[in-house]
Amino acid sequence: MKKMNRKKKRGLREFLYVLPFIIMVALFCYYPLYGWRYAFYDYKPPYPLSSDSFVGTKWFSYMVSNPIRRKQILQVLLNTFGISGLNMIFSWFPMMFAIFLNEIKCKPYQKFVQTVTTIPNFISWVLVYSIAYCVFNSTGVVNTVLQNLGLTDTPVMFLQSSDHIWFKMWLWNTWKNAGWAAIMYIAAITGIDEELIDAAKVDGANRWKTILHITIPTILPTFFVLQFLNMANFLSNGMEQFFVFENSFNTDTIQVLDLYVYNLAMKSGGYSLSVAIGILKSLVSVVLLCIMNTISKLTRGEGFI
Amino acid sequence: MAKQTFAEKRAEKKQLRIYEKEHRKNLRRRKQDPIDVIMSTITYIVYTFFAFVCVYPFYYIFINTISSNELSARGKVNFWPKEIHFTNYINVSHIPDLINAFKISLGRTILGTILTVSISAFLGYMFTRETMWMRKFWYRFVIATMYFNAGIIPIFLTFKSLGLYNNFLVYILPTAVAPFYIVLCKTFVESIPKDLIDAAELDGCGTLRAFTAIIIPVIKPILATVAIFSAVSQWNSFQDTLLYVSDNKLYTLQFTLYQYINQASSLKALVNNTTSSSSMAASLAHAATATSIRMTVTIVVVGPILLVYPIFQRYFVKGIMVGAVKG
Repeated sequence: MKKMNRKKKRGLREFLYVLPFIIMVALFCYYPLYGWRYAFYDYKPPYPLSSDSFVGTKWFSYMVSNPIRRKQILQVLLNTFGISGLNMIFSWFPMMFAIFLNEIKCKPYQKFVQTVTTIPNFISWVLVYSIAYCVFNSTGVVNTVLQNLGLTDTPVMFLQSSDHIWFKMWLWNTWKNAGWAAIMYIAAITGIDEELIDAAKVDGANRWKTILHITIPTILPTFFVLQFLNMANFLSNGMEQFFVFENSFNTDTIQVLDLYVYNLAMKSGGYSLSVAIGILKSLVSVVLLCIMNTISKLTRGEGFI
Repeated sequence: MAKQTFAEKRAEKKQLRIYEKEHRKNLRRRKQDPIDVIMSTITYIVYTFFAFVCVYPFYYIFINTISSNELSARGKVNFWPKEIHFTNYINVSHIPDLINAFKISLGRTILGTILTVSISAFLGYMFTRETMWMRKFWYRFVIATMYFNAGIIPIFLTFKSLGLYNNFLVYILPTAVAPFYIVLCKTFVESIPKDLIDAAELDGCGTLRAFTAIIIPVIKPILATVAIFSAVSQWNSFQDTLLYVSDNKLYTLQFTLYQYINQASSLKALVNNTTSSSSMAASLAHAATATSIRMTVTIVVVGPILLVYPIFQRYFVKGIMVGAVKG
């Protein structure tokens, strides 16, 4: 009895050690959820919420009923789907990158390529934009080279145009992330049994055949897990990349959901509407995550949550 | 006569050598499938291209910062530096806003990293203590925050009501309890043999003493990984300044750089200031231009990461591997 009591006391004491951090989590992550109530009011900032009028689900129906808003939101959704879709269509790229990198027999060179291509992952989007600006502006190296080669007479405005903006965003995203994403696959490939490959070679398989019949089947599970996670994050492209690349020329086609929510709130003062859209986005994202987790559980036997 | 035979011999030898070479070549050819040869050539070319694409932008910006600004402005510096000088860096070091931003960035990186690492280690350990009251629930309570986000306005209003708006603490407190790093640490602690902790407890170590004396020394490798990740993300963080800070004394380097890129007017004033302050040496080649300041600041901001990354690469790789186990 006494022993039980002591154990319980100890458990409580251990909980007390953790309590301050749990309070922090509650304050920073859970308490803001209470702010979702702003979506049901007509919130006008300088005044406290108590003096604003309760409007029920006005903002939610406003999204669909107001033709201008509806058009805007459809465009934003289109952008989100387009950019996420492009990323998804090309998600095999890091895998291929890893497979062929592994085929390089000169180890120092392999190591060099791996190191160099992962660096962009560790710089912020602001820096990526700054680099893009330096390299692609009208006196940047790309325009200089193009003009010297006689391909254009006038500098090409790469950043100040809305042409192929989804594709450009995909390119920048790939530049930043592909090397890093490949590391996971490289590790999976190094885990392949050497004997398996030797056996295949004895049976007369060339490199191409070993890749097709041994390497790819081994790392396909890793690929699917990452794919599920991507699907779960379909609506969340993040805001930073699009925020830094956004300008008045491309704002229509670059605005993804996350950026739209920010712009609504900070630029046009649509606080309540912004919260309402944020709520819908969060709910859809959580549902997507659960669906993907279930699919993963059914197909692989384990989820990723 | 003898001379002739000598020449003949030489010719013969030469012929032999050629045959031998051919023979060896054939051998090699037979061993290597032609598809393999083509493939590896293409592979080398493609990867050299990738490496170039990743390295060249940094190199390009760097050589432009140390070359004559006048040549640089005309787009003449593309592959190697011309008329090397370091006035740009000296000019930049005289901009008061930038020095202040550097201090803020450095401060938040150091303090934020220390805080995040110690909290992650502690919570990672505590959540393995099976005696803890409602351990599983609290663990899930913390981890679940990885998967949802209340949105910009609600978080903004919360931070404001907590007094974090325009407060240095907004940089380090909200990221201090980081679920992903806690998972990393917890997985690592779970891999430690249980006997080790049990033995310590038999010797009279309490929960906290066991943490400082036994756990921390053992989990150092994963702490290094967490520290590196968190330092990089602190240094790179941009959004929190954008959202929660309007006091320019608290601007970070990333945010200042963003302003320099986007606001040509403020930059122009800056150019005039720096140029007049160092006017004695302000020949056309050394005078600051908008582009030169942008590029130099870019190098200053990206520099620490370029220096740190190759040294600590193995920790990064380890981080993603452990994370992959249960991410």
